[in-house]
Amino acid sequence: MCALCGGLGGDEHWTDAVAREGVYTRNADPVQRRRERALRVRVANRALKPFGLRLADWQGASFLLTTLTGKSEIVGDLGHLWSTAERLSGRLCDPLDPDFLARLDANHA
Amino acid sequence: MLREPPAFTPVTLLTGFLGSGKTTLLRRLLADPALHDTAVIINEFGEIALDHLLVERLDEQTVLLSSGCLCCTVRGELASAMRDLHSRRERGAVPLFRRLVIESTGLADPFPVLSTLRADPVLRHHFRAAGVVTTVDAVNGLAQLDRHIESMRQAAVADVIALTKTDLAEEEHISPLVARLGAINPAAQLLRVAEGPLSADDLLAAGGSLFKAVAEPEGAAHAKAHAFSIVVEEPLDWSTFGIWLTMLLNRHGASILRVKGILALQGEARPVAVHGVQHLVHAPTHLSCWPDSDRRSRLVFIVEGIDPELIQRSFAVFARLGASGTCDLSIPSSH
Repeated sequence: MCALCGGLGGDEHWTDAVAREGVYTRNADPVQRRRERALRVRVANRALKPFGLRLADWQGASFLLTTLTGKSEIVGDLGHLWSTAERLSGRLCDPLDPDFLARLDANHA
Repeated sequence: MLREPPAFTPVTLLTGFLGSGKTTLLRRLLADPALHDTAVIINEFGEIALDHLLVERLDEQTVLLSSGCLCCTVRGELASAMRDLHSRRERGAVPLFRRLVIESTGLADPFPVLSTLRADPVLRHHFRAAGVVTTVDAVNGLAQLDRHIESMRQAAVADVIALTKTDLAEEEHISPLVARLGAINPAAQLLRVAEGPLSADDLLAAGGSLFKAVAEPEGAAHAKAHAFSIVVEEPLDWSTFGIWLTMLLNRHGASILRVKGILALQGEARPVAVHGVQHLVHAPTHLSCWPDSDRRSRLVFIVEGIDPELIQRSFAVFARLGASGTCDLSIPSSH
């Protein structure tokens, strides 16, 4: 269990695999791990913007997902990000939605 | 001679529709001396279990789960049977085994079995999914694929499709079945196991089939499943790929029967392999080298009820998202 957030140590998500032989992960080296988390937050924020949500790193261990009105929730890994985003925004976060893709493209053209 | 157990024991799931020849295949495989150090878990759905008798190997490394179907009622039993095997191996109570084969019932959906392997807090530290072998009956296979969603799902998640009873079927019946299987799962290796000798390594070292070149499959407009691939020339941004795939699987995981691929990542000389079945993606593998001269990222999807063009478009939009300014990030080296 995480002593800070009380979250139970759970399933290993594939994007955060524990460093071991043969497995590709960016968790082996602390600097690379922080860099990966920062990159992830930045890309996620581009995808979350159309839903009025913002992601931030939280203590290097979890992420904090926040709505425009300040409602926030801790997210352990990317496996829980999108279900939490759907709950907080009250919308479906569908990467196949043509309107969403058009907005994403327009924002980063 | 095996002196210590592997750090992660590979687990092969042997599945296939009712009567498609799973037990016969397993019996033939276990006769191969190369498999003397293989443990077997047999799951049978029915009041009187027979399969373990047919396998003709009743030793302490053969476990029978007979109280229901693996994908629904006996998932807990599967986990405890695997934990028990592992524990007995550690204590020296059973001979060291270096791999495990799970034979599922003919109606089982492979996803929950793979999910059990990944989700169990003990198993995930000692076992790894090594592949799915699906038996398809050359005589009845076409009709089963048409009528039974389980049969189609079993073929879709396969790394190796073992075509059985080809000695009993006419060639003109086999060709359409092979074409249909190619449309459902073009990335799987197809073996005709009824003819000639059978190599256990060919079947169980299923990872070798992963990067068979996948062109747009013939007959891709199969009524239930579409197989298609995405090929990318430029190296991919791993962070963006993770965001995209997790978002896709969160919303459409139930319809994505299979995703697998080999990725050329920015800043990485060696390729990375990813495998997923529905909502579940295995830990990505860092391959030692490229399997062929093609250095492009290749992703194969097998989907049910989703327009492949939507996934391709979404992938392209996210790739542009990641491409814009991922290199200017500086992270202080001190914490």
